[in-house]
Amino acid sequence: MTQNEKAAAAKKRNHAIMITILIILFILFIMPFILVIINVFKDKADIVSNPLALIGAHGFTLKNFPEAMRKMDFFNVFKNSLIITVSATFLTILISSMTSFVIVRNGKWKMCTAVFALMVASMVIPFQVLMVPLVSVYGGIFNILNSRITLIFMHVGFSVSMATFMFHGAIHSTIPLELEEAALIDGCTRWQTFWKIVFPLLKPTIATVTIIDAMAFWNDYLLPSLVLTRKEIYTIPIATQQFYGTYSTDIGLVMAALLLAMLPILILYLFLQKYIVAGVTSGAVKG
Amino acid sequence: MKRNTFSYKVKQYLMFGGVGTFLFCAVVIVPFIYGIYLTFTSWDGVSRDKPLVGFANYAAAFKDADFWMAMGRTVIYSVFAVVFINILAFAMAYLVTSGVKGQNFFRAGFFVPNLIGGIVLGYIWKFVFNRAFVAIGNAITGGTTTSLLATPRGAMFCLIFASVWQYAGYMMLIYVAGFMSVSDSLKEAAMIDGCTPAQAMRNVTIPLMRSSFVQCIFLSITRCFVIYDVNLSLTKGEPFGESVMAAMHVYNTAFTYKRYGQGQAEALILFIVCAIIGVTQEWIGKKGEVEA
Repeated sequence: MTQNEKAAAAKKRNHAIMITILIILFILFIMPFILVIINVFKDKADIVSNPLALIGAHGFTLKNFPEAMRKMDFFNVFKNSLIITVSATFLTILISSMTSFVIVRNGKWKMCTAVFALMVASMVIPFQVLMVPLVSVYGGIFNILNSRITLIFMHVGFSVSMATFMFHGAIHSTIPLELEEAALIDGCTRWQTFWKIVFPLLKPTIATVTIIDAMAFWNDYLLPSLVLTRKEIYTIPIATQQFYGTYSTDIGLVMAALLLAMLPILILYLFLQKYIVAGVTSGAVKG
Repeated sequence: MKRNTFSYKVKQYLMFGGVGTFLFCAVVIVPFIYGIYLTFTSWDGVSRDKPLVGFANYAAAFKDADFWMAMGRTVIYSVFAVVFINILAFAMAYLVTSGVKGQNFFRAGFFVPNLIGGIVLGYIWKFVFNRAFVAIGNAITGGTTTSLLATPRGAMFCLIFASVWQYAGYMMLIYVAGFMSVSDSLKEAAMIDGCTPAQAMRNVTIPLMRSSFVQCIFLSITRCFVIYDVNLSLTKGEPFGESVMAAMHVYNTAFTYKRYGQGQAEALILFIVCAIIGVTQEWIGKKGEVEA
């Protein structure tokens, strides 16, 4: 064998090793999901006797789904999660892009620098520090907990600093000031300039913020669990937690509930996978 | 129109930033300050008056052995989780940027655990540890194996395992971005100068990816330190309260035992410890940054 052939063979062997490692890792990563999926179609006794069998001794069954859906009030909690996630994400985008616009374009105003500094600093505060006073102020003094609207505004308030930070970077580095000056000369007000010129140009950042915040809102548990205590307005994570607390022994139902809780976001991921991975990457690298 | 007057500035600011600033202050700044005030009261969560008690809550927090046990556990958990998350994430990032077939598919697959919230993840792993692993154990030994979640050490292992699984895919994406930012010509230049691929990795690629490491370690520390969702669903602090992490202890002190002042004081201590570790790590990491 010549040197080149040897190198080519070594390269091929390396490739094979890498692919094998990747496949093993991949199986490890999706194994828990597979286990849920194979057990969701079995009845309780079959899961207990052999959770690893592909099909239970009593055969294939779909009966876990309707019961789990009814007991966890699935369509209702799904609707709640959807309303909260969509409106909070939408508001976060509008509010933080506007806030960042006034901060970037008036960098010399003291209040802008002060607010921006506060926002950046606040990003290190963990939620645990804010949860007691939050309940104390909004539950004890104003008594406005237990409403979806309160939760939506709280979600927006918590994410506005991070989103403003990201829009700040985008406006600062990608939108030329000349463009806005041209719009002003042509007779636009500041307000019109923002909505007609700046906002449309922020699309990539809007996509990133949408993905990051929508995922965070959809999956959040601690804040909603403190705000929402009425059963009718539960979101999916709270409903799952409550469901598990009540029916943890009925393992077939638990499997169905877990699958139902994951399904919406997994289906979305199937279609938007490329955008989600790109959005999360750019968000993580900038944040 | 005068652009330099105070009222013009205020109007402009409120028009664009008013709502955002109001909400931000209402849910972050005001509660933060109010929370510091709460640590000096003995509020029980119900009554209107909040009697001032001076530093009694801090004294109680410092004397609360359970709290410091939970902090110690959190530190141990975080150290292991952060190390394994970053090793695995870096290895996966290396594999999915090495040009093998289907690397986008693998990237997307490794990211899946991040899509799902901590509560659901925890229950899934609880099922895997309690049922599937026990079934495998029974099949191998032929006898009856107990679940890992039944022992304190086992529960700790399960928490670390589940967290590594949860975050590795996310950190991988950051390392992937780091790998892509190191240009191939630099590696080639090193190889021509006589480096082996391993040496090129150690002396060229890794130093240039320093900012990725700093960021991933920062993110994983700050996330692991306040772990709550997975802790609640996977172990619920069991067995015998031996897997209660700091965040869960804070929650229990405040909301279960109704000692709001003490809970808030412990939350502040947790925040300060977390901030000190995070900032020190950033500072050390940034100090030695190099550029190509």
